[in-house]
Amino acid sequence: MMSHELDSLYQDIILDHAKRRLNAGLREPFEAEVHHVNPTCGDEVTLRLHLEGDVIRDISYDNQGCSISSASASVMTELLIGKTVAEAKPIHDAFLEMMRGKGQVEPDEDVLEDAIAFAGAAKLTARIKCALLSWMAYQDALVRAQEESDV
Amino acid sequence: MTTTQLVGLLPELEVIRADFPILERTVAGGLPLVYLDSANTSQKPQVVIDTMVDHLERHNANVARAMHALGAESTEAFEGGRDRVAAFLNAPSRDEVIFTKNASEALNLVANTLAWAQGPLRVGEGDVVVTTEMEHHSNIVPWQLLTERTGATLKWFGITDDGHLDLANIDELISERTKVVTLTWVSNMLGTINPVAEIARRAHEVGAIVVLDASQAAPQLPVDVVACGADVVVFTGHKVVGPTGIGVLWGRRELLEQLPPFLGGGEMIETVRMEGSTYAGIPHKFEAGTPPIVEAVGLGAAVDYLSHIGMDAIHRHEQAITAYALEGLQTVRGLTVLGPLDAAERGGAISFELDGVHPHDVAQVLDSRGVAVRAGHHCAKPAHARFGVQSSTRMSSYLYTTPAEIDALVDGLEYTRSYFKLG
Repeated sequence: MMSHELDSLYQDIILDHAKRRLNAGLREPFEAEVHHVNPTCGDEVTLRLHLEGDVIRDISYDNQGCSISSASASVMTELLIGKTVAEAKPIHDAFLEMMRGKGQVEPDEDVLEDAIAFAGAAKLTARIKCALLSWMAYQDALVRAQEESDV
Repeated sequence: MTTTQLVGLLPELEVIRADFPILERTVAGGLPLVYLDSANTSQKPQVVIDTMVDHLERHNANVARAMHALGAESTEAFEGGRDRVAAFLNAPSRDEVIFTKNASEALNLVANTLAWAQGPLRVGEGDVVVTTEMEHHSNIVPWQLLTERTGATLKWFGITDDGHLDLANIDELISERTKVVTLTWVSNMLGTINPVAEIARRAHEVGAIVVLDASQAAPQLPVDVVACGADVVVFTGHKVVGPTGIGVLWGRRELLEQLPPFLGGGEMIETVRMEGSTYAGIPHKFEAGTPPIVEAVGLGAAVDYLSHIGMDAIHRHEQAITAYALEGLQTVRGLTVLGPLDAAERGGAISFELDGVHPHDVAQVLDSRGVAVRAGHHCAKPAHARFGVQSSTRMSSYLYTTPAEIDALVDGLEYTRSYFKLG
């Protein structure tokens, strides 16, 4: 990659989130806990989801990974905590669409807010999974939490 | 330090580099390629590329079954590859050289056929298989599968703080119950060169067989399969300047003859009746189906190329570059090398941590400067776990690596620190 692509990957928003890691740490209570791994690089995240009715009250996490995967977890929790599951869905969908769009999808900043900073990572095959790790973990946790509440 | 002051470098290094066309290309918008990922896969000299192209252009046919001129030429070229590999390994017999898909398949071949063997080689309930914590996953998982399926027990040597095998409990690990001792000659993560002969001697005292993963050793050390003391030696073609898609399993004749076939199919049989079949002798007993023909031809050219330069000379070059790299890396603030710090005790793969920057991010920044390294667990998760890290950055040199490329790496790491605003 060229140096200007490096800067588009490591935007300030990403470096800032990677350093601050908003909402990091595992907290109680939670309805679902999942552990996701990126087998190619070994990045790991343990993620807990706490729902109150339809509202995402908390997403807490513990991760080991690169700046892209750390920043992605941080941005995601900032975006989704406090929203209803239904409000979170279009954001989640838009993020997946951007990351799977091979850099061709024009992200909507109104929906994705800080998460548009990952558009640079979407162009790099090797980094897409880094950015998606915590988002896939959230999706898995949501399914489990909802199964739990159905029982 | 300038190039001329480094003792042990290959003479005419620029001539050798000119043999590798890929080293001329640029990356990252015009920067010269600094390829420091040879432990992952090596680059290929022109002679290997040309030999393979020539085979495909002029001699292509299936082997051992085509009754025509091209069939004879192709068979001769394929079996010629086997002769060259046998010579490279100093194998007592060419029949002891089995071509596989890669080193992983070679290890799986041994692990599976030991479960199926009749007689003393058979690994079953109550038996012990010993591996080590510093193996590549390919020399752990096949043995986990074997022991899980047979009721045998898997044990392993640990690693000392300075990155050597911990032999303190060798008497406990290698006991009368031990059937197999398997280990890597050179660690792909720590770089450590292991005391193979000593461990082999202990294993043989209790009647165990010794399996040696030479995937990282064959590229950079002179290999003599008899002198090393192992019963089975495996390596992969693509790390010895050969093509992907081919690996080598060398085994002592008596051992290979006692092991049952691995895969069934064409070429591995003597005769087939619906009621049952009998099998070919070695090496073909273990080579079911159309083999990697052009890959064997290319591998033959590759090991000839290395032998022509001389494995002793290549080893000296690797040691000189490794010593220079260890010295340079340790000037980078916050950098910790994992594994032995003495170049004489190790191979040319150096894994390290850079405090405050994840290995992926290190590799990404280096890539923007044309420097190719590997980041991750290098298929050695247990070895990383031993040192309390999840992943590392790894540089690995080879016969074409120059001191200037090491300088580019060190400069790149300084740049990485500043890019991520480390003080």
